[in-house]
Parts: sequence; C-alpha cells; structure tokens
Amino acid sequence: MADILARPDGVAAWRRNWAHAVLPLAILAATLFIQGPLAHLPDWAVVPLADWVGGGLNWFAREATIGGVKVADITRALATAAEMPIDWLKVLLAEGWVTGAGFNKMHIAPPLSWLGVILATSLLALRLSGRGLALLTLLAGAYLVFFGLWLSAMTTLASVVLCVITALALGLAMGIWAYRSPGAEAVLRAVMNIMQTVPVFSYLLPTLLLFGYGPSAALFATVVYALPPMVHATVLALRSVPAETLELARMTGCSRAQTLLKVELPVATPRLAIGLNQVVMMTLNMVIIASMIGAGGLGYDVLRALRRLDFGAGFEAGMGIVALAVVLDRLTQVAAHNQSTGRRGLWKRRDTAIAVLLLLVPTAASLAVPAFATWPDGWTLTTAPFWNGAVSFINQNFYGPLEAIRTATLLGVMNPFRDLLLAAPWSAVVLLVALAGYALGGLRTAFSVALLMLFIVVTGYWEAAMSSVYLTVLSVALALAIGLPFGIWVSAHPRLHQPVQLVLDTLQTLPTLVYLLPAVMLFRNGDFSALIAIVSYAIAPAVRYGMAGMAHVPSERIEAGIMSGCTPWQTFRFVRLPSSLPTLILGINQTVMMALSMLVIAALVGTRELGQEVYTSLARGETGPGIVAGLCVACIALVADALLKSGAARAARHEGAVHV
Amino acid sequence: MSEAHLISPSKAVEARPVALEAKGVWKVFGHGAGAFGQLPASARTPEALASAKLVGAVQDATFRIGRGEVFVIMGLSGSGKSTLLRCLTRLIEPTAGEVRYDGADILKLGDKPLVELRRRRMGMVFQHFALLPNRTVLGNVAFPLEVQGTPRAEAEARALELIETVGLKGREGRFPAELSGGQQQRVGIARSLTTNPEFWFLDEPFSALDPLIRADLQAEVLRLQKTHTRTVVFVTHDLDEAIRIADRIAIMEGGRIVQIGTPEELVTRPATDYVRRFVAKVSPARVVRVSSLMGPFGGGGVTAAVKADATISEIAPELVTATGPLAVVDPGGRQIGSLDRQRALATLAAGA
Ligand SMILES: Nc1ncnc2c1ncn2[C@@H]1O[C@H](COP(=O)(O)OP(=O)(O)OP(=O)(O)O)[C@@H](O)[C@H]1O
Ligand SMILES: [Mg+2]
Repeated sequence: MADILARPDGVAAWRRNWAHAVLPLAILAATLFIQGPLAHLPDWAVVPLADWVGGGLNWFAREATIGGVKVADITRALATAAEMPIDWLKVLLAEGWVTGAGFNKMHIAPPLSWLGVILATSLLALRLSGRGLALLTLLAGAYLVFFGLWLSAMTTLASVVLCVITALALGLAMGIWAYRSPGAEAVLRAVMNIMQTVPVFSYLLPTLLLFGYGPSAALFATVVYALPPMVHATVLALRSVPAETLELARMTGCSRAQTLLKVELPVATPRLAIGLNQVVMMTLNMVIIASMIGAGGLGYDVLRALRRLDFGAGFEAGMGIVALAVVLDRLTQVAAHNQSTGRRGLWKRRDTAIAVLLLLVPTAASLAVPAFATWPDGWTLTTAPFWNGAVSFINQNFYGPLEAIRTATLLGVMNPFRDLLLAAPWSAVVLLVALAGYALGGLRTAFSVALLMLFIVVTGYWEAAMSSVYLTVLSVALALAIGLPFGIWVSAHPRLHQPVQLVLDTLQTLPTLVYLLPAVMLFRNGDFSALIAIVSYAIAPAVRYGMAGMAHVPSERIEAGIMSGCTPWQTFRFVRLPSSLPTLILGINQTVMMALSMLVIAALVGTRELGQEVYTSLARGETGPGIVAGLCVACIALVADALLKSGAARAARHEGAVHV
Repeated sequence: MSEAHLISPSKAVEARPVALEAKGVWKVFGHGAGAFGQLPASARTPEALASAKLVGAVQDATFRIGRGEVFVIMGLSGSGKSTLLRCLTRLIEPTAGEVRYDGADILKLGDKPLVELRRRRMGMVFQHFALLPNRTVLGNVAFPLEVQGTPRAEAEARALELIETVGLKGREGRFPAELSGGQQQRVGIARSLTTNPEFWFLDEPFSALDPLIRADLQAEVLRLQKTHTRTVVFVTHDLDEAIRIADRIAIMEGGRIVQIGTPEELVTRPATDYVRRFVAKVSPARVVRVSSLMGPFGGGGVTAAVKADATISEIAPELVTATGPLAVVDPGGRQIGSLDRQRALATLAAGA
C-alpha cells in the first residue's frame, strides 16, 4: 500500500535514498585513509575518568564527613543495622537460634522445619490458585530438600524477602512522590532510565566499597537495583486510576491522605501487584548475582561449582534457583491475577490457623527428630556425578563435532567480525552511528547518540566496547534469526500460543546466572559459550515480539490483501510484515537490551570486553574502572535504544500503532 | 400572546427560588488560557479564541436553576457538557465567571468550605460509575459518610437504607465486579445520595448502559426525585432521555449554550437551525402539554377531565374515547379550561 501511494513523488524519494546510500559509503571509503588520533585515540587524550571516580568514591567512603560524622561510620552503622534483620530471618528460616561456638555451641531453638515451610507455602498456593500450583510448590520444595540445597535456598529467600520489603516500601514512597510532583517525576525517570541500563555488576561496586564484603552490601545493591521497577510500577499504577474515580474522591471531600489510602492505592493495587511480581523476580536475580560479594545462598553454590568446574553441582544448584524462581513467580503472579480479576477472600482466617499449625508442629517435632530441622547429609540425593559423567561423555564422544562447530564459528564468523570492528577508526564509527541517528530520528537523536559514543571514546574503553558490540550484535542477530521466524510461525498456530507463552514466561523468570551453565558444560569457557548463553537468554523477547507483531495485524488488512488476490507469501510480504514492523523493531530493541544485560554476566565465562572489565574490577575491588566500564555498557544500550526506538516510531508513522 | 402561554410550565419553573446560578462562565483550555480569562467580556470572541489557538470548552454560560428543578445539559460529544458540569462543582476551575449557590459565589471559596459544601450538599453520579473495586456494595455506598468520619454503624445503617431504595437489597456484600452494569450504576446512584444532598449532579449516568436498563434507571431517578425533591443537573447526549426527565433543557453546541427551555419550547419554538435539526425527530405530542393547547373554560359539554401539565401523548387514551371537548384541571382538581379534541388529535397525529 505504502509503495503505491509513494509513487507520485517516487523520484524525489529515490534521490533521497541515493543520498542516504552514498554518504555512508563515502565515509566507509574514507576510513581507509583515516590514520593517527582519529583512528586510535592516543593515550594522552584519554580522560582518566575512572581514576577520578575511583578516587572520589574512595575518598567519600573513607575520609568524607557529613555534618561532622564520618561517612565510613555511617555506612558501618547502616551495614550493621541491615545485617540484623538478615540474621533474624536466617535464624528463623535456616540456622535456628544458636549461642556460643565450637564445643560450647548450643541450639536454643530450631529453625522453622523445612516440612512446615513447604506445607504452609503449598497451602498458600492451594488457596490462591489451586491444586496444580500446590503440587508444583511441593515438588520444588522437595527438590531443594532432597538435594541438600535447603539451607542455601533459605539464605537466598531470606535476602529476597528482606530486599523485597525494603524495595517495596521505598519504591512506593518514591513512586507516590513522583506521581504527585511532576518535577520529581522527570528527575526520577531520567535516573531510572540510566539505572536500568547499567549492568548489574556496577551496582555491586559502590556498595562493596561502602559496606564491605558481606550480606548487607548485597542487600543494599539489590534494593537499589530493584527500586527503579517498583517506582515505575507505582507511578504507572497510580496514573491508571481513572479520572472519574479521582473526581469521586474530590466530590466526597476526601483529604489528601484519604484520597491516597482509601482511593488511589486500593484502586491501583492490581497493577501494584504486577509490579511486585517484577520486583520479586529482579530481586532474586540480583541476590543470586550478589553472592559474589557475600550474599551466600544458591548463587554462591553455583559460583563455587563453576570455579571448581564441577558442572554437576553447579547444575543442581542452578536447578534449585529455577525451582525457587518458578514458585516465587507463580505465587506472586497468581496473587496479582487474583487482585486484578477481583477474586478475593480466598485466604480465610481458618487457613492462617492451619498454616501456623503446619509450621509449628514439624518444627516442634524437630526437637525430637533432628531430620525435620535439617535434612541429614547422608540422605541427600545428588545427580552431580551423573551430570559430570554426562559432560565427560559428551566431551569424549562428541568432542570432534562440538569442537568443529565452535572453531568454525569462532574462526569463520566471530573473530573476523571482531577484528573488523576493532580495526575500524572510532571517528568513522561515531560518524556513521550519528548519521543513522539523523536518518531515523533527526538532529536531536544524532546529537545524543554521538555524545554517548564520544563518552566511550574519551574514557578509553573504545576497544573493550567494540568487543562488547561484536558479541552483542552477533548474539542478537542469532537470537533474532531463530526467534522471530519461530514467533511468526507460532502466531499462525493458535494451539501453540499458550504452551509457548508458558515456556517464554518461565525462561524470563530464570536468573541470568542459570543460562551460563549448559553453555559452559558443552563448550567450556570463552566467547563461544558466552554467545550461546546470551542467545539463549535473549531469544525469549524475539519470539514474544514475533508473535505479538503478527497477532495484532488488523484482520481487515489481511482480508483486504486476500481479496486483492495475494498469495499467502504475498500477504505476508506486503500486508503482515509492514503492519507488524514497528512491533518487530521494538522486539529487536528488547532483544538488544536483554543481550546487553546478559553480556555482563557472561564475563564469568571469560569474555574479553566491557563486562569483563567490570567483573575484574569487582574482583580486584577497583571501583573507578568498574563503574566507568559499566557506564560505557549503559551508553551502548542507550545508543541502541535511541536508534531502534526512533526506527520503530518511523515505521509506526507509516503503518499505524505499535502493539506489544 | 395567548392566554395559554401565561401558565406554561416554563413560567412555573421560573417562579421557583433560584438555587444555582452560572454567570458568564468560561472554561478555556490551552496555553495562555489564564490570560484569555483576564480579557474584558467583550473581547472574548470566537475569533480571539481561534487566533490564540485555545479550546473554548465552555463559553459564556449563563443560566439560573430553580430549587427542585431538573436541569438537563445536552449536546453532541465534545460540546462541553461535562466541562460545564464540572465548572458548576468546581471540579474544574472555570477560567472566568461566577457560580452561585444560593447567591454565594463558590469560586471565591477556600479549600475547607468547598470541601464542606461538597461533602454536605452535593452528590455526583459518574458515567463509568467510579465504584471502588476493593469495596463491597455496602462499603461503596457508605464511603461518603466514612470520609466525613460518621460512626461506622450509623454510616452502614444509612447505606443499607439507600441500597434498599435503589433495589439492591441482599446484594450489599457483593463486589462491583460481581454486578451488572445497571446494578453498578444503582450503587453509584445510592452512593451519591448517602449524604442526602440538595444538589445532585449526574454526568451521562446511563450512557454506558443498554436501552432497557437505561429506561429502568431513568424511571428510578424520576421516582427518587418525587420522594425527595433535589436540584438536579443532568448531562446527557440522548434527547429522549432529556425529554423524559427534564424540567428544562440547555442545548450546547461547540461550547456555547444555544437555547434553554422546556422540552415543549425547544420542539415548538427552536431558537436556531441547529436546535431545529436536533429536535426534528421528536413527535410534538410527547412534549406539548395540555395547558399549551387549552382554551378558555367554556362551560358545559365536557366529557372527561385531563391534567393541565400532562403531555398530549399521555392523554391519548382519553382523547380516543372522548366525544367532545375535555375538561382541563389543575393539580388541585379544579377545572381551569377546556381542551378542543380536534386540536389535540391533530397534535397527536403530527409526529406519528
Ligand atoms: N483537559 C482538557 N484539555 C484540553 N481540552 C479539553 C480538556 N477537557 C476537555 N477538553 C475539550 O473541551 C471540549 C469539551 O469537552 P467535554 O468533555 O466537556 O465534552 P462533552 O460534551 O462532555 O463530550 P462527551 O459527550 O464526549 O463526554 C472538547 O473539545 C474537549 O476536547
Ligand atoms: Mg462528557
């Protein structure tokens, strides 16, 4: 349709396109002649931002005083204060009340029995949802217990619970503030946008510096990480309160507090519950990652296993994370769903009594039967040898083909592409990207994109950034090449929608660390494993948007196409594809964002790029480089976001609305 | 001017004491709306609006509503009905003008007295019901009293009373999501009356409902109005609805009120072409009242008695059975004139 309508001024359009093509080509040709500082920034031109940031933060953490009180003392006090509730929760869930140490060690009270916790949670699942979820909870709990992961899981859960409560309280308060004052909202939104693109490790650095290695540093990092989505969800939820309902509050003469507590918050609750679900899942992801700075728990088990190359144990702990994640996700999702469908009164007072009984009876029994408190080591199952055996078996028998795939990809595609990017003069790349920004979004986009790129240049992370770009581009391309066609194919088969959705939802709830395991098991450390891990993580949005894009093509347009005699392929090519283009571009954007967030995690399997810079600075405790490298990742994300969003907006202008 | 016109319902309405008065009310949206409001009244012209790229949602609205009158604001979508209604309650701050309740301009009120006024004297029904989904029917209806700090038992007793009045007895424990649209709006109506307000504002209360349920609820409003007479401002874009419940109708077009009058006046004497087209499909018998066609009391020969304020279509059965002129009686039963059967039948036939 657009083609036909465009024909009258086709000549002009052709000229414009011609200009579009020639300019980049000219720049590309010029790159061959670019030498010296414009190709590779000399060392003297690099702004030592990392040193400044590091120095500044060190000074802040060690020397600075606020109102006569040393920041170091404040942070120490905060750390101690934060550790208290963590310890209480751990006493309750995992360790029991113990005094003394060594021979004087005395158990005063046992922790809540695993049996009690599992049964009570299953009861909750039964009431909120039904037998299916209750069974799932039982199975997940049993897995954690039988495989000896219960203690780690409860340590993780304790952190999650605490972080969620804190993030919820702070996020609600900030969200309400942002909702009420437009100025605050603008500032908060800008900060949040950047925070959401900064890789997770970068959160760990300042908290590590301020609070020292340990669970409280992990707690603070996690809360800071989970705050943006909660604030965002709160603002959105409050905005969704219908104007009429607010008028009702005014007509009945509600005070500000009454409006908030009796009208706005209750009406917004279903959406807040959805936000809560997201916060819980983000918290879990971060708590797992934060085990690097001493949060302990399941994440630590995985990391330790990875370091020892004990893939079996790593896989088991990883499955433990999956079990915990799935149960937490389903429970919070069901709760949110019940809220929005108005299903209420599912949990009766009697149920509370039963739950308390379920918790207390096994706990009391554990005084007599210690197995109720901690599952005896001798009884734990393990499949680690099996998995390790399987890995060795695969490596022995399929080493040839696997290795061939790996080397072929590395030598044939990955390395040349990386070399190309590394060889390209930075000035030309910046110019090309700015041009793309201009073509897609106009002068403003071009300008902001160029600025972001220059930040990377002058801070001296250009090469690392190009390595990141290379991995990201390849993984995104692969994820899209598999995901989009699959999504489009699924959209044509309504019967597949639900199962595929379920799989996608589950995939997206899994903490990022889990994705590393299969890749490492098959392909060992290196860029190829990273590629596989990133692709497997980033494929979900590709499939999802592929489905969404096709599902929302107006059926009248399709009918019009069919009535004009289009073959199925022509309908796809001329009707469906253009109509869904904006959505598909947003899908690409989402895929890029996911790939970038996984990129940093993939540093664990030994990539050489920005993520690795952040990770090593974390390991060495160098705050400055870690933060600046993290900001560079954010810059890449923001550039991709700006380009793709304006691309989507452009496509939408031609083809109508975007559907997600 | 005929004698009949002297006792037209419109006059009767104007005889009521003024309860609510709008004087030169403007609501202008857009950048620089405030400055526009500062202009002298003569400078506020449509041209000035257009050149400043402003939207004149309500332009120079002036009218008086009598105590106990049902005043309907009607017009097409976007004509400014909701905005005008909200200016009357000050949910929207008018750009210029005065809104007087019993003579006092509420645009000059501080926050406290305004809240007090809304709590005690106003009730409002919303197009999309605006029920609180987390509260039961009882909780919703008791809400206005709860906000005022009325003791719970008292608030719930009053709420139950109203729930019964609107015919939802036995459903007080349900949540809004468990009710049909019509039932939800009954809750909305009950809630707006919990505080027993003098002023009742309804913004397209039945637009979201099916025609049958709409008719039910219109009857409900008329019934409630009979038991407790309130001053009602009712917004609708449905002319049938307006005719059914209005004492007087204000017709809006593009932010301006183009005519205010009884349904009969609008149909028989439309002020502009716009109004004429608007009312063209209304059969005169539905709006023309007996008093308008009534002749002087001739004495003798009358067959049946009809009420002066009844519409011609309402007395159709009497007209059919009558053989000669009919006696016209006032509400007290006194005969005040006679109705020529031929003339009435002609009116009845005109719209059919
Ligand atoms: N907040 C606002 N900002 C700008 N323009 C507005 C605003 N609210 C209303 N308008 C404009 O004022 C005019 C009148 O709107 P209003 O909602 O009063 O119409 P209405 O007669 O109630 O229509 P409907 O039957 O659709 O409810 C419309 O042109 C509308 O676009
Ligand atoms: Mg309206």
